[in-house]
Amino acid sequence: MSTTTLTPTPTGAGTSAPSAKLHDEGRIGLRNNLRHIGALVRRNLLQIKKDPESMFDALLMPVIFTLLFVYVFGGSVGGSMGGGRQEYLNYLIPGLMAMMGMNIAMAVGSGVNDDFRKGVMDRFRTMPIARSSVLIAKIVVELGRMMVATLILLAMGFALGMELQESVLGLIGAIALSAAFGAAIMWIFILLGLTMKTAQAVQGMGMLVLMPLQFGSSIFAPTQTMPGWLQTFTDYNPLSNLADAARALMMGGPLAHSVWVTLGWTVVITAVMAPLAVAKFRKKS
Amino acid sequence: MVCMTRNDKNLIRGGTNAVEVRGLVKHYGTTKALDGVDLDVREGTVLGVLGPNGAGKTTLVRCLSTLIQPDAGHAVVAGYDVVKQPRQLRRTIGLTGQYASVDEKLSGWENLYMIGRLLDLPRKKARARADELLERFSLTDAAKKAAMDYSGGMRRRLDLAASMIGSPAVLYLDEPTTGLDPRTRNEVWDEVQRMVAEGATVLLTTQYMEEAEQLASELTVIDRGRIIARGGVDELKAKVGGRTLQIRPSDPAELAAMAQAVREAGLDGVAGAQAVPDEGLLHVPILSDEQLTAVIGLLGTRGFSLAHVATALPSLDEVFLAITGDKATVTDTNPQEVAA
Repeated sequence: MSTTTLTPTPTGAGTSAPSAKLHDEGRIGLRNNLRHIGALVRRNLLQIKKDPESMFDALLMPVIFTLLFVYVFGGSVGGSMGGGRQEYLNYLIPGLMAMMGMNIAMAVGSGVNDDFRKGVMDRFRTMPIARSSVLIAKIVVELGRMMVATLILLAMGFALGMELQESVLGLIGAIALSAAFGAAIMWIFILLGLTMKTAQAVQGMGMLVLMPLQFGSSIFAPTQTMPGWLQTFTDYNPLSNLADAARALMMGGPLAHSVWVTLGWTVVITAVMAPLAVAKFRKKS
Repeated sequence: MVCMTRNDKNLIRGGTNAVEVRGLVKHYGTTKALDGVDLDVREGTVLGVLGPNGAGKTTLVRCLSTLIQPDAGHAVVAGYDVVKQPRQLRRTIGLTGQYASVDEKLSGWENLYMIGRLLDLPRKKARARADELLERFSLTDAAKKAAMDYSGGMRRRLDLAASMIGSPAVLYLDEPTTGLDPRTRNEVWDEVQRMVAEGATVLLTTQYMEEAEQLASELTVIDRGRIIARGGVDELKAKVGGRTLQIRPSDPAELAAMAQAVREAGLDGVAGAQAVPDEGLLHVPILSDEQLTAVIGLLGTRGFSLAHVATALPSLDEVFLAITGDKATVTDTNPQEVAA
């Protein structure tokens, strides 16, 4: 006998919950769930307030990208499009809008990863809240950051002389579509953030995936002059479709195909990645 | 075999177990972090789980707080099964770990308010509760400071406050004072003792015999995922020899004579005395304050002059040696035990 024992107690005697308690009691109602998400959104906003530098990417990226591309490539790409810098500006801004979501989304991944290496995630996971609410709050805040970036981008565009060819409704549609697709991509990055060891690795991996997707697309330049194999890639690239859809919504042109393809990607990515991310979050120890 | 008696506190509170663990197993690859753990914590008592680093203490706490799933066995906390009813269980527990589980960027107040809201308190109540707990844990002055700017002890207290917001029925304290200086450690102990006085059930893991003695009424000793001894704190102490009285004579040359005097006096329960010339100390194992008084009194009446007197609790190593050293079966089933 290797251990000395207390008076043996029959297993579970007197302490087992009545079976009626079994499942429903633990469910978290929608109202409570929304309140939890609200409290967690507040947490993320407070973090930004205390660390304003974390907003630099959302604030500066649209400015830098717009200036860089309009003034470096604007003349030559716009020229080959049969216009000039002005023409390119109208082409570029909707494309950048599509891209902005991706770069913001990357921050979610490293944010989740960072959170996990701190004790606070243990606290959340031992509390009676839906585990998805922690992730959803993150996405809500990142969508807010994305909106800020989008507004700055549009302000930049208008300041440099961009002219909307379609109604404001079209513009709103373009923003909404970019946000929906951005939210879908965030699930991928959350999954990466939960899977990879360090925030830096998430960042590195994100760049590796995003670079070809962003540049092998119609975001920065029309695809007509690209070689055939690359055109095939860009045709299927969801970022091309999103850029084309935003462009059509803001500047006119064929709309239906690109919008449907983008919505399709959004739904499929979310339907696959969100459950995977939540499951991974649940199992992570 | 240690004979069990329940102490009075437990008798008064009755025998309902707040925590029941049976045959809990958790593997990490080929390592058995938990290798069939059984334990009970009676309502309103503190069970100390004593063990060295890597013994499986944290794994046990993580299983019991639904952070990880056990591979086998089962556990019931406050009537809820950890595997089948994790959501209900999370309403009844609080966890304070070795690493502060608060948001470091948020202030103490913001942390407590957020947790209150996550526990479904209305805004007003969440505010009041945050104020109340900051006050209680002497953190009111630091309420607006970011948690990352707190000292180690303040952070641990904030962590305890965070665990108390929902008034949990069962509180897990996973090495609550590891890495704290002695003064801060005492602050944390005071808080834990207050919580217990108010009726909380606590499962405490620790590496320190002293901490277990301060806080726990019963002890379970764990090593390599297995329980190697359990019993009341006093029984276990008696078994491992209680404290050691360390006496430094004014004249080191008198060490041998002092040891002989104590041995020959045949004081009740004082088994032996050993001179340790290297340290200039006389070591006398004692079990009670009365024995301490008797030894010092004896040396006084014999005319020895004493420069310094102290008592030391057995270290975890000594506890392990005492437990495993005279239990052949343990070393049989786990040959590395002896080396540990």
